[in-house]
Amino acid sequence: MSEEITPYQVVPKTPLAGSAAADIREQGEMTRRSFPFVITAAWLALTAALGGLASVLGRFMFPNVLFEPVQKFKAGFVADYAVGEVDERWKDKFGIWLVRTEEVMYALISVCTHLGCTPNWLPTQNKFKCPCHGSGYYKSGVNFEGPTPRPLERAKISIDIADGQIVVDKSKQFHQERGEWTDPESFIKI
Amino acid sequence: MASVRAIQENIVNSQIWKSVFRVGIPNTNRKRVLAVLGSLILHLHPVKVRRSGTRMSYTWCMGGTSFFLFLVETVTGLLLMFYYRPTIEYAFTDIMDLREQAPFGIMREMHRWGAHAMVIAVWLHMFRVFMTGSYKPPREFNWNVGVILLVLTLLLSFTGYLLPWDQLAIWAITVGSSMARATPGAGNEGPMSGLIKLGDIRLIHAGDDARFGLIGGRSIGAATLLRFYVLHCVAIPLVAGFLMAIHFWRVRKDGGISGPL
Repeated sequence: MSEEITPYQVVPKTPLAGSAAADIREQGEMTRRSFPFVITAAWLALTAALGGLASVLGRFMFPNVLFEPVQKFKAGFVADYAVGEVDERWKDKFGIWLVRTEEVMYALISVCTHLGCTPNWLPTQNKFKCPCHGSGYYKSGVNFEGPTPRPLERAKISIDIADGQIVVDKSKQFHQERGEWTDPESFIKI
Repeated sequence: MASVRAIQENIVNSQIWKSVFRVGIPNTNRKRVLAVLGSLILHLHPVKVRRSGTRMSYTWCMGGTSFFLFLVETVTGLLLMFYYRPTIEYAFTDIMDLREQAPFGIMREMHRWGAHAMVIAVWLHMFRVFMTGSYKPPREFNWNVGVILLVLTLLLSFTGYLLPWDQLAIWAITVGSSMARATPGAGNEGPMSGLIKLGDIRLIHAGDDARFGLIGGRSIGAATLLRFYVLHCVAIPLVAGFLMAIHFWRVRKDGGISGPL
């Protein structure tokens, strides 16, 4: 409906001037012809108001500020990490394992890809094992047992040019099953 | 005896008595109908109950038991709220306090066991209604209300599960809420949500999907605890209470408790 149509303008002039109906019209009362417009406008307004209310309620449940650990942090120097080890120093605070091999270093996110629990690194068995439902992963993060459907995710990792420290950014994840572990941002060459 | 009768007359004719019981003693059919019409509580209850409707072997009394347990949960839960603070500093210690220090430490256990019993009772009620064919017209609407009430019962259990804030609670809710990640379109691992893109950027991710809205963050934390507390103590009971009123009223309007086939 365009703006200029108001219930009272669309009523045509009638030859009933002087009649009771004409009197009512002049006083701005509802007529049979104006009623459909009024009722349509009323329903549209109600729908719009309820729709607006629903979107406000929905949006209200999504917070703008999170009181969670930051997604991006500096993790010291490559030399601080032993070759062939899974390093657990950032696990509690940031949920990250840093793994250094002969050639590369990568950051595994310590969230089980089955249902979100935190797996344990078992050095004696050389695997990650989730205590909730028993999913197991190799040191690379690739799954090999239990109910999980896919490997652990890796986080973006880089070297800060200014001070040479490792920078881990959890806001960007790399999925092995999508072929993203070949992305140069998903590991650092040593 | 005459003086007892006189006192009785005095009470029944007093303004206070008449303001509460407006119809008087319901000793005629007309007065009985008026008594029901004028009372909210009686209105929800069927005017007449069939003899078969009172047979335990037919109804198992599971609907009534579910409602009774809901009342138990309401009362015990209200009492627990006087001692429990839904923050990560206090939640777990307050639960320990409720068990070890607060008077009637059994209160928390009653709430917990009552919750288990209510889930079982609601399931058995549904089973009975199904087996007796009581979901058939004209009761199909009430069956649907009942299904929603079943879901609300399970959601009450789910939200209450987190409140002790122990390891079991945190990881159980981590696992349970992870299912929301698979919501079609709205969960970051759900079908079709990968299609919602702006260029190469996925618009549905761990920071704005259905699970995020449910738990108020990327992982279970202070926001989740508070949110589940409010859902558990206020939001879901309100909706459930409203639907229960409809449920009971519809039992009456659909012809009372169904008879044996």
